[in-house]
This record gives sequence, structure tokens and C-alpha cells, in this order.
Amino acid sequence: MIGPSVAWVATETSEAWLVALWRLLTLADYNSRVVILGTALLGCAAGVVGSFTLLRKRALVGDAISHAMLPGLGIAFLVATLSGGDGRSLPILLTGATISGLIGAAAILGLRSTWRLSEDAAFGIVLSVFFGAGVALLGVIQSLEAGHAAGLEGFIYGKTASLSWTDLMSIVSAAAVALLMCAMYFKELALLCFDQAYAESQGYSKWWLDGLLMSLVVGVAITGMQAVGLILVIALLIIPAAAARFWTHRLSRQVVISAGIGMAGCFGGGMASALLPNLPAGAVIILACAILFLFSLMFGSSQGMVWRAIRRWQWQQIMLRQHLLRAVYERAETKISAPEIAGESEVRIDIADLMISRSWSKPLLERLVDNAQREGLVTRIGSQVALSRSGWIQAKRLTHQHRLWEMYLITHADVALQQVDRLADDIEHVLEPSIIHELEQLVQGRTVEVAKSPHQLPEPN
Amino acid sequence: MVSDRPATSPHSAGNPPDLGANRSLISPLQVWDLTVAYQRTPVLWDVAFQVEPASLVAVVGPNGAGKSTLLRAILNLIPRASGKIQIFGDEFSAQRRRVGYVPQRESVDWDFPVSVLDVVTMGLYREIGWLWPVRKQHRSRAMEALNQVGIADLAHRQISHLSGGQQQRTFLARALAQNADLYLMDEPLAAVDAATELAIIQQLRAMKQQGKTCVVIHHDLQTVPEYFDSVLLLNMRVVASGPVAEVFTPENLQKTYGGRLTLLDEVSSAMRRQEKLL
Repeated sequence: MIGPSVAWVATETSEAWLVALWRLLTLADYNSRVVILGTALLGCAAGVVGSFTLLRKRALVGDAISHAMLPGLGIAFLVATLSGGDGRSLPILLTGATISGLIGAAAILGLRSTWRLSEDAAFGIVLSVFFGAGVALLGVIQSLEAGHAAGLEGFIYGKTASLSWTDLMSIVSAAAVALLMCAMYFKELALLCFDQAYAESQGYSKWWLDGLLMSLVVGVAITGMQAVGLILVIALLIIPAAAARFWTHRLSRQVVISAGIGMAGCFGGGMASALLPNLPAGAVIILACAILFLFSLMFGSSQGMVWRAIRRWQWQQIMLRQHLLRAVYERAETKISAPEIAGESEVRIDIADLMISRSWSKPLLERLVDNAQREGLVTRIGSQVALSRSGWIQAKRLTHQHRLWEMYLITHADVALQQVDRLADDIEHVLEPSIIHELEQLVQGRTVEVAKSPHQLPEPN
Repeated sequence: MVSDRPATSPHSAGNPPDLGANRSLISPLQVWDLTVAYQRTPVLWDVAFQVEPASLVAVVGPNGAGKSTLLRAILNLIPRASGKIQIFGDEFSAQRRRVGYVPQRESVDWDFPVSVLDVVTMGLYREIGWLWPVRKQHRSRAMEALNQVGIADLAHRQISHLSGGQQQRTFLARALAQNADLYLMDEPLAAVDAATELAIIQQLRAMKQQGKTCVVIHHDLQTVPEYFDSVLLLNMRVVASGPVAEVFTPENLQKTYGGRLTLLDEVSSAMRRQEKLL
């Protein structure tokens, strides 16, 4: 795995190490230039093609195809050598790999439709049998002509560090073709992935479009095989595409972001592997992609876990605040005779009295009151609290919503009186004005400011 | 009663049984002797019917009656064992552009990263053609279709954020954008809210006014007389077909839903057993 020209990395002094890093970052070195450009382009093409296979829910097809390529390599090598040709000629090897990869894909389809084997079993069988056959063939080849076969193992784990100019050129052309095809047939591929039956009803051939997509997968797998190996190339087809899903809900952006992540992962991984020459480059590249995936999973703008957690927390704060406002209002209601008419906010409530309204702890209640005061919804006077004008308006609306929903549950859903309070708790926050209006008509036949509570409110002792 | 008639062969030039009286125009859809089998187990036997132009036709029958299969066979999505289908008196492949399809809502993954407008534009892809991008005129036509089903305000919303009714309207809009003459709809009214049902029915009626024909798989028997002109009662074979007033009778419904079609069932399961032995 250690390319001759990256051996400088292993030098002892830190100064030499920095020089090496500098040379690497500026791509000053010919070999690292080839390696990093080649893998980055590969990552870009894999990201684009992978987006479509992922959305077609065929992410594993690439896996099966790439594994099924191994016996093709062995057979091509044997046939070429036995017929007197050069067994290591790249075009011959890649032709063999392509053919056996396609046979593998066909075997999966056949197993599934003819013998009605479940899809996962078909994948498992084809993948392992073809790969096993390939490994066995390589063993045979090695025992036949020990020296010659050495090159073939490079396809399993890749030979990133020793990519040649010719390899780079083949990656460049494969990537260019893949990107061009995806751009040209973007809308047709999108339609196939979204709604295959509709695409067919419109006269698009499923076989043609799926065939196009599978050829692109084979193309990426073949070129990627030389760089990161046939086992790890599948990761390049899946990981960037899956990571991009956390950033966007638009297909065009998904494809671009996936390409970017694939490129960045390969670029970063290529760099890192040059600095860590003892590790196989293919593996380092995949790990770099995995780091980007984890980052997307956490911080992705559309579905990232962090933002989701923050949104959930914000929503919880809103619910807590609304519960506080309603609790204060309901206490105030018992203190003055006609709060609806009074509309005044000067009713003071003991904070301690609010404790019985809900099962909240003293510190939480204190914090909620402080927060609400900061937002201008309540005023705190010692151990007492009073709603401000805007707080009063909000509280009135919330109480109204809560009670409307309670009454709806009682009259229309046969919910027991003791349960409605709790059931309405979750719903009152999401009621939209149109629903409120409908509820008012349904429950009361008219619009009122604040409905009466259908049940007894808890009284402080 | 359609099913009592001897099967007409496409070669014998007899018209399939008519679903209506108006023969002045070419029928948008004629089916002769259609038999469809999955894995050699027949799911549709000898289906024959004919649809009148500018009419709303309900396809009604129990689960597993082959309703979706019928639509898929008409659209050439699945091979047929025998039979002949004509669209406006022609092969389907020649008349494809005049046929709009509304698949079942559950048939796609609504988490797919596209907007409502993107989905509706898909109805125009054939017209736009290979290699051409979607252009402004197409987007405005898609917006028009969204307007017709009353969800133009959702055009840029992610489809994953739609309610069931909104999803259904999106699918209908996609078919409308295509501006077809014959529409095949797979349960467009299944599990939608009342407002959506009303909007869709109004749309169907407007389409009928424009001379378009809709063949609609429908599950709610109560609304059949209100919504549709004619009905096809299907349970692996055609139990009855024709104007709602004539064929939508308790006896026919009983035959469609109630009495089990013992013989067909038995033959089917015999085929299945044979299939397993082979």
C-alpha cells in the first residue's frame, strides 16, 4: 500500500513532517496529485450515481455487482494468459469484471423472480458465492504462476497509493461519462426513482432507465475498484448519498451535495492516507467519508439530530410557557367573578397556589415564571404573579382552546370527564384558527371569548 | 349481464358490451376478453367492457378483485395472458399521450426529496422530451394544474410534509397537467378528508364537462350513484357493467361482494397448489 513517493512522510523530524504536509497540501508531489485528484473525481461520480441508486432503493445492488466482479477478473486473467496474451492487461481484466458483475446482477433478478426468493436472501447468496468463487480463483491463479498474479489482489482492497497516470485518465473519463449521463437523463432518472409505475405508464422503459442506472453503477464500481478496491467502492456509492439526505429536500441539491461529500471524503481521506502510509488508503478514504456522514447526521440542516433536538426543546419551552399562562388564568378566574368581562390583568396569584395546577416542581415553576417575566407576559411581585396585558390575552386564548378541545372530546368522542384535561393538554398547542372556529361552531354553536371549563378546577387548600 | 354473454373475440369484430348508450363517438376504452395472470394464477378472467366518452366510470369490487390489476393491464404495465384493449379505437402505445394515470397514493415513497411542483411537472416530462430541461412554460402549466385541485399555495412544499388528501391532490394535478383525454385513477378518494373528496369530485365533473373520461377505482359504495355515471362491478370477472341506474342493484352487489365465486376461487387455488409442486 505504500507508494514510493509518499515514503517521505515517515521521516522522523517534525520539521520534515511539516514540509511533507506542505508539499501534500499544495499537491506539489506528482504521485499525490494523481492519487488525490483521481479519488476525488471518483468520489464525485460515485456521489452522483449513488444518489439515484439510494433513492431507487437499490443501494445494495452496487454491493452485489462489485463483489460479483471478482471471479470475472480471475477468469479474464486465466483466459488471457492461457491464450498467450498478457493476463494483466487492464482492458481485458475490466471487461471480465464487467461481464461477471452483470451476471451477478442478473442472477439476483433471476433468483428473485423465477424462484421467488426474498430479495435479501438473493443478495446474500449472489454476493457471497461470487466473491467466494473469485477468492478461490485467485488462489488457483497464485498456485499456477506465483509471480504474475500478485496484481490481482490489488483490486480487492485497492491500490490507491500507486495509482498511475493511466488510471487517473480512466477515472477522469468514467467520471465524466457518469456525470454527463446523470445530467442528461436527470429528470427521467428522478421520475424512475420516485414513481416507476407512473414512468412506465408515460412510456418510459423501466428496463432502459434501470439499465442506464446499473451501467453507471458498474462504471463507477469498475473505476473505483482500482482506487479503493471492489469491497470499499460500494461505500462510496452509499455513504455520500445517504449523508446528503440530511442536508436537503431537493433532488438537485441532494445530487450536488452528495457529489461534494464524496469528493471531500476522498480528498480528505487521500490526504490522510498519504500522511499515514501504513494504513490502506481505501480504508482511510471510507473512514473519512464516514466522518462526514456522522457530521451530517448530527448537524445536517434538514434532518440533523442536533437541530431536531433544538427544535424539540424549543417546542417544549413553548408548551411549558403556555401551561403556565393557562394555570395563572384559571387561578385568576376563581378569584374574580367575571374575568371575561373584567379583562384586567391586575389579579395577583400566589405562585405556591399554581403548584397544584400541574405536576411541576417548584424550581421548574420558578424558572417558568422568570422566563415569562422576561418575555413580558407576567409580572412578579414577591411570591405573587400577575399576568401582563399581552399575557392576559394569550392566556385567555389558550384556556379557550384547551376547554373547547375538552368539550369536543366529551361530547363527540365519549371521553371520560377525568381524562379530558390530560388529553387536551397535548392538543391545545397545535390547534389552528380554522380548527378553533370549527370547534366553536361544533361545541357551542357560537363564538365566545373563553369557554367554561367542563370539569372542576383544582383548588389550593 | 355482461358475464353471461359468450366471450367476444377481437377477431369476430363484435363490440364489447357498452357501459352506456352513446355510440356516436369512438369509445375511449374498449376491453375484450382480458385475462391476466400473476405467476400463471389468473387474477382477471375474460374481462370485457366498453366506456362511453365523457363519462365518469366507477370500478367497484372487493379486495383482491383485480381492480388495480385491470388498470395496470390497460396501461401495459403488466403482461396479459390474452385479450385485446383499445384506447380511442387504437393501440395503447399509439394513444399513450391521451391517457393519464393516477396511481395509488401508497405506491410511492413520500419522503422522496422533491417539491409538490416537481411532482406535478413530472406529468409533462414526456412532452418536454429527453434531454430538455423543465422550462418556465411547463412550471406555469403545472401551477395551473395545482390551482385546479386547489393546492397552488403548497407548490413549493416538500412532499414529505403533505397530508394524505394533499398527496392525493398532488397526484391528480400531475395527471391533469398532462391534459389527457382518458384518466385511469386508482383509489383517488381512499382515506382523504371530506374537503379533498369534494374538491376531487368537482374536478372530475369539470373534466367530464370538457369531454374527458375518467375510470376510477372506488371503494365507497354509498357514493357511487352520486358521483358516477356508470359502474363496472368486478370480482376477478365482470359481474355487471353499465349505467349506475341499471346495474348498481343490490343483487349485483351481492354477486360482487357477497357470494363467493366458488369455482374461480377453487381453480385459482388449484393453480397455486400446482405452481408450488412444479
